[in-house]
Amino acid sequence: MPTAGPAGSIRRAVWRLRLVFLFAILAALPYLLSYSQQEIAVLLVINVLLVCSYRLLTLTGEWSLGHVVIMGVGAYASALLAKQFGVPVPLSMLLGGCMAAAIAALLSFPLFRMKGFYFLIGSFAAGEIIRLIWKRFTDPFGGPKGLKRIDPFPNIETGFLSIDFYEPVNYYFLSLVIVSASLFVLYRVERSRIGLTFHAIHWQDRLAESVGVDTFRYRTLAFVIASFFAGIAGGLYAHYVGAVNPTRFSVDQMVYVLVWAVVGGTTTLHGPILGVVVLTVINEIVLRALGLDTARPLIYGAILILSVLYLPNGLESLGPRLRARWRLWRSGPAAGGGELA
Amino acid sequence: MNPSGERPILEARGLTRRFGGLVAVNDFSFSVHEGAIHGLIGPNGAGKTTTFNVISGFYAPTAGQVLFRGLDVSGRKTSALAAMGLVRTFQGSTLFQEFSVLDNVRVGRHLGARAGFVSRLIGTDRLSEREADAKALETLAFFGLQELAGEPVSNLPHGHQRMLGMAVALAAEPRVLLLDEPFTGMNPEETRRMMALVRRIRDRGVTIMLVEHDMQAVMNLCDIITVMNFGALLVEGAPETVRNDPAVIEAYLGSIDGAGHAS
Repeated sequence: MPTAGPAGSIRRAVWRLRLVFLFAILAALPYLLSYSQQEIAVLLVINVLLVCSYRLLTLTGEWSLGHVVIMGVGAYASALLAKQFGVPVPLSMLLGGCMAAAIAALLSFPLFRMKGFYFLIGSFAAGEIIRLIWKRFTDPFGGPKGLKRIDPFPNIETGFLSIDFYEPVNYYFLSLVIVSASLFVLYRVERSRIGLTFHAIHWQDRLAESVGVDTFRYRTLAFVIASFFAGIAGGLYAHYVGAVNPTRFSVDQMVYVLVWAVVGGTTTLHGPILGVVVLTVINEIVLRALGLDTARPLIYGAILILSVLYLPNGLESLGPRLRARWRLWRSGPAAGGGELA
Repeated sequence: MNPSGERPILEARGLTRRFGGLVAVNDFSFSVHEGAIHGLIGPNGAGKTTTFNVISGFYAPTAGQVLFRGLDVSGRKTSALAAMGLVRTFQGSTLFQEFSVLDNVRVGRHLGARAGFVSRLIGTDRLSEREADAKALETLAFFGLQELAGEPVSNLPHGHQRMLGMAVALAAEPRVLLLDEPFTGMNPEETRRMMALVRRIRDRGVTIMLVEHDMQAVMNLCDIITVMNFGALLVEGAPETVRNDPAVIEAYLGSIDGAGHAS
C-alpha cells in the first residue's frame, strides 16, 4: 500500500541502507559456497523471480496453476529462438518473456471468464494443453525428451575483461542483476496506482468496476506482467541448465511455487522471497545433510501444513510478530526505571 | 409529469430481465430527468434491485433498452457506463475494507487519473496522482470525512462507511448517481443527515436515482417516484400523488400483513 507521510523519508533512507547491506551479502555469498551450492544458488535466484512474478498475479485475487508452464513457454521460446534462428541469447531471453506474455494475453480471454476455484482449474487445464503440445510435436519442441544442447549465455571477451558464464558464480551474478531489475519493476508496478487497482479488484471487484475499472483488462494486465517475468525466469533457466523438457514444468513444480508463496506469505514483496529462500535452504542443506533429500515432497507437505496451522500469514508475519513480542517483553521489566536510565 | 420537455438523461424502454423461468423485470419503462432526485420503490421482490443491476450493466437486459444521454447502452460493461458518467453505489458497506479511507476514494478517482504504463513505472504520473489525491480529499471533505483519511475503513462506524461508499462513487464524477438503499440500517438522525447530503450532491449537478425502503425518507427527498410491483410499473408521480394512490396502498398493505411499510 502506498504510504506518504512525514516519516516517509526517514523510512526510505533506512530501506536504502538495508538494501545496500543486502546486496553486499548477496555479492559475498557465492564465495562462501561450494561449487554445487553455487549451482543451487543460481537456481534459487531464478526461483525468486518465478515466485515473485507469481505473487503479482495473486494481488488481483486469482491463483493460477499454470505459472510454471508459462515459465516453460519462456524457456522453450528462448531456447528455440537461439537454436533454430540464431537469435543472440540475451535478446532471445527477452523475446521468450514477450512470448510468455503474449500466450498469457491470449489465455486471458477464456480464463478470465472464470474466477476463484474455476480459474485455478482452468489455468491448470490451459497449462496441460501447452505441455501436451510440447510432448506431441517433436519438431520443433523435441517431444517428451525436450530440447538439449541449448546455446549457453555468450561469454564476454574484451581486452581485459573476460567472463565465462559457464561458471556458476558468473551466472549467479548475471541472474542476480536481471532478477533484481525485474523485482524493481514488479515493486514499482505494485506501488503505483496499477497496484492499488489490483488490490481493489481483489477485495471488491464489483465496486471497482462500478467506478470505471475495467476489471477484465486489469486482470489481464496482471497476468501478462507476471507471465513476462516468469518467461524471463524460464529463459535464465534454459540457458543455464542447457536442457528443458515438459516434465520440468509439470504441476509438481507448480506445487513447489505454491508452497513457497504460501509459506512465505503474499502480503509483502519479500514474503515469497523468504519462502523460497528458507525452503531451499532447508531442502538443500538440512535435508541433504540428514540424507533425507528424497523425502522432499513429504517434508514440504509437512511444512505447508504446519505453516498454515501456526503461521497462517506466512514467514513475512514472523518479523513483526517477534518485534511486538520483544517490545512487550522489554517494556515489561523496564517500565519502572526506563525513563530514569 | 416533467415540466420541461427535454430528453431524459436516463431512460428504460420495455426493460425485461428473466432468470430462467422467473421474470424479475417485465416490460418496465421509466425516464429520469436531469437534475431530479428520482425514487424507485416497491414491495419486496418487486424487481428494484434487478432493475438497478440491469441499468448499471451487471446484467444484460433480456429484452428492452436502457438509454443514457440519448444513447442505447443496453448490455454495456459497468466500467464503460461509469466512464460515460453513470455510477452506482451498493447496499450495505460494500467498500475496500482493507484499504484506508483515502485509498478507497483514490480508487474512485480511477477514471480521472489516467497515465500510461511506463509513466506509472518511472513515476511521471506524479502530477496526475497528486491531482487525484487532492480531488479525493476534497470529496472526503464534502462528506466531512477528511479527518479520517488515514484510518482503515474497518474502524469506521456504519454511518460513516455508508457515506464513504457514496464518496467513492462521487469521486468518479458521475452525471447520474444510482443509490442502492442509501438509508437502510440508519437511525433517524443519520438518515436526516444523509438526506441533506443527497440534496447537496444533486445541487452539484448530479442527477440521482435511488432505491429505498424508508418511505419517510423517499417521500421527503424525491421529486418523482416510480412504484414497481411484480417487475412492472405500477404508478409514477410526485410523492403526494403516489402516497395517496389506492394501487400503491394496496400493493404495500393489501398483502397478507404488509403493515408498517407505508406511512
